[in-house]
Amino acid sequence: MKEQGMSLIVKRVTKITVSLIFLFGVYIVLHGHISPGGGFAGGVIIALSFIHLVLAFGKETALKRLSEAAASVIESLGGLFFWGIGLLGLFAGGVFFINVLPKGRPFDLFSSGSILLSNVAIAMKVGAGLFAIFIAMAVLRIPVDEGDKQKR
Amino acid sequence: MLPIFVIIPLGSAFLVPLVSRIRLSIGRVLSLCSGAALLFFSVSSIWWLKGGVKMYAVGGWRPPFGICMALDGLTVLMLVVVNIIGFASLLYSLDYAKRYTSESLYYTLFCLLLAGLNGVAISGDLFNLFVFLEITSIASYALVAFGVEAEELEASFKYLVLGAVASALILLGIGMFLGAVSTLNMADISRSLVISVSPKLVLYSAALFMAGFSIKAGFVPFHAWLPDAHPSAPAPMSAMLSGVVIKTIGIYALLRVIFSIIGFNAAFSEIFIWMGILSMAIGVLLAIGQWDFKRLLAYHSVSQVGYVIFGIGLGTPLGIIGGLFHLFNHSLFKSLLFLNAGSIEYSTGYRQLDKLDGLDEAMPVTSRTSLVASLSIAGIPPFCGFWSKLIIIIAAIQAHRYAGAVTCILVSVVTLASFLKVQKYAFIRKLKGAAQGAKEAPLFMKLSMLLLAFLCIMAGLFFIPVLNALIKPAAEALLAGKDYANLILGAP
Amino acid sequence: MSLYILCLILFSIGVYCLLVKKNLVKKIVGLGIMDYALNLFFILLGYRWNSDAPIMDKNIVITSFVDPLPQALILTSIVIGLGVTALMVAIAVRIYEKYKTFNIDEIRRLRE
Repeated sequence: MKEQGMSLIVKRVTKITVSLIFLFGVYIVLHGHISPGGGFAGGVIIALSFIHLVLAFGKETALKRLSEAAASVIESLGGLFFWGIGLLGLFAGGVFFINVLPKGRPFDLFSSGSILLSNVAIAMKVGAGLFAIFIAMAVLRIPVDEGDKQKR
Repeated sequence: MLPIFVIIPLGSAFLVPLVSRIRLSIGRVLSLCSGAALLFFSVSSIWWLKGGVKMYAVGGWRPPFGICMALDGLTVLMLVVVNIIGFASLLYSLDYAKRYTSESLYYTLFCLLLAGLNGVAISGDLFNLFVFLEITSIASYALVAFGVEAEELEASFKYLVLGAVASALILLGIGMFLGAVSTLNMADISRSLVISVSPKLVLYSAALFMAGFSIKAGFVPFHAWLPDAHPSAPAPMSAMLSGVVIKTIGIYALLRVIFSIIGFNAAFSEIFIWMGILSMAIGVLLAIGQWDFKRLLAYHSVSQVGYVIFGIGLGTPLGIIGGLFHLFNHSLFKSLLFLNAGSIEYSTGYRQLDKLDGLDEAMPVTSRTSLVASLSIAGIPPFCGFWSKLIIIIAAIQAHRYAGAVTCILVSVVTLASFLKVQKYAFIRKLKGAAQGAKEAPLFMKLSMLLLAFLCIMAGLFFIPVLNALIKPAAEALLAGKDYANLILGAP
Repeated sequence: MSLYILCLILFSIGVYCLLVKKNLVKKIVGLGIMDYALNLFFILLGYRWNSDAPIMDKNIVITSFVDPLPQALILTSIVIGLGVTALMVAIAVRIYEKYKTFNIDEIRRLRE
């Protein structure tokens, strides 16, 4: 396999769109508490930007940007961050997951207390996790000639 | 203090993969420490219960609006059982899991499993219970396949298919309730079901829950996955699966839904009793012919779980006490037997009983502890299995269920025969076979087996304090039935 | 009512596909159909006629909106479904590596 990935046109377009997709994901995460979206949806979009890279350029290019080990670390950190928000409530407010941060004015970007932080944590967890799952799945290559062995 | 049971294992599940990158041993110690802390807190929860039922509103949102956690007698029993077996299995894993290349993943999954089990036991919200149940299920599917050998993958896939159907049925049941009463808090559902819901809908949801949880628990018409999944898992995971997973996400969740939410009545009693009798008889009959040690134990799990559901299905206070006590005892001795099977496999490489011989001299600790466990499971006095079976049989006679009582006695005899076979082939019989040159298991595996054997003997000798401290509050929680709603919603 | 029944028919198709089909990949597709039917069922439970999406904004006043609780539950259920499906695909891939087939009839080392 000499040439990785798809044709020149796809690669060109991908170079332009991939950063836009990533930024859109970040936007969705940060505005999760005031508009539809949130940590999960935004995290999926962020993961899709990396998956886009894998599809267009092949696995190696994408792994240079975000290696499998880094994805796994980010995933654990995301979980830990979310867990920490819960503990923050326990230690500062006395109840697990209670909101101790200032709530701000409604519909501001920095409002609604710990929801924004939770969205960021979830986005880290989901984005990195989904990318790691995709990379793990991408190792399978079924040889074509064995395909007709499967019945039904 | 209630969320501590979810905080500790979940936190260590996220920390273990991070610290294992620095040094693997830190991850091991961390997960063992969290197991020990959970054990400590679960035992101390017996004293928390003294002041009555406890309720904890997560995030400060009072029920029925927020998710709540609830602690009553049944929850305490499940927490103690889960965390005793969890700690023993983690201790055992310190040596056993060295055979796997990705050990840190093993501990991560194990901590997630503990988080799920504790969460199922402590949750007071039906959907939250479902989420924890799925965490447990996913962790156990992955752990069953952890060895990535052909048989393990096959068993895991089978387990996954049936588990997915079970989860879907449970979720459908939850949807029925949500549609009928527009709330998910278990106490609130229980209160609302009395008022304005058609009995047909309740019956239909009850059928869905019964089917779903029975698949998870492995009662007889639904047991197809169990004899494959149990032997294929790593030994500590088999101990968890048989000791606590099928009990927590199967029996505990079923009892919670049937007793606390829907309300126990004669129809459920009849179903439980017949399911119990079928499980007892068919499980043990399938077990006799097995030569694979772990597969034999798996069939015995089906049979012993039948005792539990039979005892509880009698519906009398004595029957419920017997059933719950048998649940406690079974998790001790069956986990111990699975750990024994694991250490035999660890040192000889075989699980086939006819290929083993004379391990008594080579592996004294494994041999003696498995003798304790075998006598317990067969119901020989004064070991713990005897007392719980005795209580169940007396309760069955008092309730005029003579067929059930006779089945209990016959199954107990056949179980004894089956475990005599195990003792004879694995430990006593001396031939010059493949098991020559076997060595005793390493230190932590021995410690873990000794811990469980000690608890087995203690539960047999001092069964009255155990009954008073653990089992009676649990039985009271079940007998309170739909009073659960008032207890939880009125709790501080 | 007929919507709920259609939903349950879809669910039954999923269960049928998951339990009866011989090919592992088809089983996974069946799991997906089953999950989607359940998700649809929950969303229908929360639906109210002539109501808006429960999204608040500065300039919009909403008087009647659909029940957002089932939607939140379904988001969780979708995540769980993602996890189960990913695990199932991973195991199916490994099974293919060991047995060189997706046909369940040829994957029977346990039964011998």
